[in-house]
Amino acid sequence: MTSLLDSPTRSTPPTTIQRRSLLRDTLIVAARELRPVRRDPFSVMFGMVQPLVFLALFGPLLVGALGDSDVLGGSVWQWFVPAILVQVALFGTSTVGANLLFELQTGAHERMLVTPLSRPSLLVGRSLKEMVPLALQAVVILAVMTPFSFDLHLTGALAGLALLAVFGVGLGSLSYALALAVRKQDWMFWVVQQTLIFPLMLLSGLLLPLESGPGWMQVVAKFNPLTYLVDAERSLFAGDIVSTTVLWGVLAGLITAALGLVVGIRGMSRSAD
Amino acid sequence: MISTRALSKDFVVSRSHTVHAVRGIDLDVEPGELVAVLGPNGAGKTTTMRMLTTLIAPTAGTAQVAGFDVTAQPAEVRRRIGYVGQGNAAGHSQLAGDELTSQGVIYGLDRRAAKRRTDELLDGLDLTSLARRKVSELSGGQRRRLDVTMGLVHVPTLLFLDEPSTGLDPQNRANLWEHILRMRAAYDMTVVLTTHYLDEADSMAERVVVVDHGEVIADDTPEALKSRLAGDRLVVHGTDSRRLAELAQRLPGAREVRYADTRVEARVDDGPSALPELIRAGVDAGVPITSAQVHRPTLDDVFLALTGRSLRENESTDSTAGKEAA
Repeated sequence: MTSLLDSPTRSTPPTTIQRRSLLRDTLIVAARELRPVRRDPFSVMFGMVQPLVFLALFGPLLVGALGDSDVLGGSVWQWFVPAILVQVALFGTSTVGANLLFELQTGAHERMLVTPLSRPSLLVGRSLKEMVPLALQAVVILAVMTPFSFDLHLTGALAGLALLAVFGVGLGSLSYALALAVRKQDWMFWVVQQTLIFPLMLLSGLLLPLESGPGWMQVVAKFNPLTYLVDAERSLFAGDIVSTTVLWGVLAGLITAALGLVVGIRGMSRSAD
Repeated sequence: MISTRALSKDFVVSRSHTVHAVRGIDLDVEPGELVAVLGPNGAGKTTTMRMLTTLIAPTAGTAQVAGFDVTAQPAEVRRRIGYVGQGNAAGHSQLAGDELTSQGVIYGLDRRAAKRRTDELLDGLDLTSLARRKVSELSGGQRRRLDVTMGLVHVPTLLFLDEPSTGLDPQNRANLWEHILRMRAAYDMTVVLTTHYLDEADSMAERVVVVDHGEVIADDTPEALKSRLAGDRLVVHGTDSRRLAELAQRLPGAREVRYADTRVEARVDDGPSALPELIRAGVDAGVPITSAQVHRPTLDDVFLALTGRSLRENESTDSTAGKEAA
């Protein structure tokens, strides 16, 4: 059992201290977070089944109910597929705080806090990582749906995915911030997440067009950033890239991302108290 | 290596209630020392350690750790210390080997060097077979050894261990300690640990700091603490216990002499030499002793002498193993 002492450990400089940079720290955190995803891609695949089932079961109802009216602007699938992508982002990234909550409880997060990693990188790295499963899921949904009367406008779709990624980073950060805020009453996480997610979703016109709802809902929806994102995604996936709708959506995405990062980094810096 | 002055931490629970978890601790630890911080639950051990490891900011006072101030230059402190907290350091969905490599990269190794370091560490610990295993699949003892290893990847000059062996069976505790001591010898590490296993502090630490209600109430080698504060306990039986108690009272340093039925108890400075003397005195006085025992003091006796309370009364249920071993 003396192998450790005899091993060439001492010849290996144990701490070749490089200059710390936020980028390097962030990449370390993101790489660590991606490792389980990479090793177990089925967990991501599984996340794709749910939106596909949703498409398969809810889509026909939409066609039946609203297929003849013109509120959906022609093709039901053209209207619904971008919305499903937003829904994937919404559910996928708003729940990621639960992973952090678990690491807060086990001690893995505390371990990261005593390392020289900067506090912001612990949040940013995690949030950036959320883009990866999100992009994978989006690509699969598009691949499955394109044969079914869904026109794929490539440039618009890529821009749509990029916007979704920005929004996902923001919502993921907010989810982490929520986890950090409620870490001493962890059951609060799901209460808050569930309480917010459904009104946000329904008041964005994601599932059903708000035009068919009462006036007050349309007014409230104007204050929901998700409304602008959903509208922008529909516009982008229709190939309509340069428009005011898209501009508003980009703004909503950027504001969500900025807000999420600011709140998240603040929470992260205080996460040991 | 560590120098604190009037280090304090208050937790504001509500507007009318503030918990003074740590009240003005002055502690100096020299390079190479192995110090155990001992005290009941809620004494402020963990809070102190969390301040020294930059996890929480002190309310008042200062702390220099590994040459840097914990408040002014936490990043410099973090770079130099190792820390093994009460929880599991490795992410449950990660592979054990990956977590070690990540740690190496975090502390500045490039990926190749970090991988090599991981192999060396796993090899030295006989954990090589676990490298590709998921952390959630490891046993408690394996996970704890992994925790300690993660705290050692960057070969810190100062290692903090917060209750490193809680929840481990005696064999795993012994393994863990063997590992810690080996690393300490190999790298001239300074080690500061908290524990509520009294026997562990007694046998492993060269210096014991006893903390109670957020203050240091004693600080010395285990031997010195025991002989100065507790002393040996003699228990003898004989038919005339009242007469024996009188004889015991004359022993050097005798105190707390009690008798009942046939039993006599006394604290003395030096039990092994006091006992033959008492036996001889009993024979001379015609009150023979029928059975005799010397109990060497434990750190619990020290705590009892200091505070009037037993440490064990404060222990939680998960420390049953500690009681048996103590």
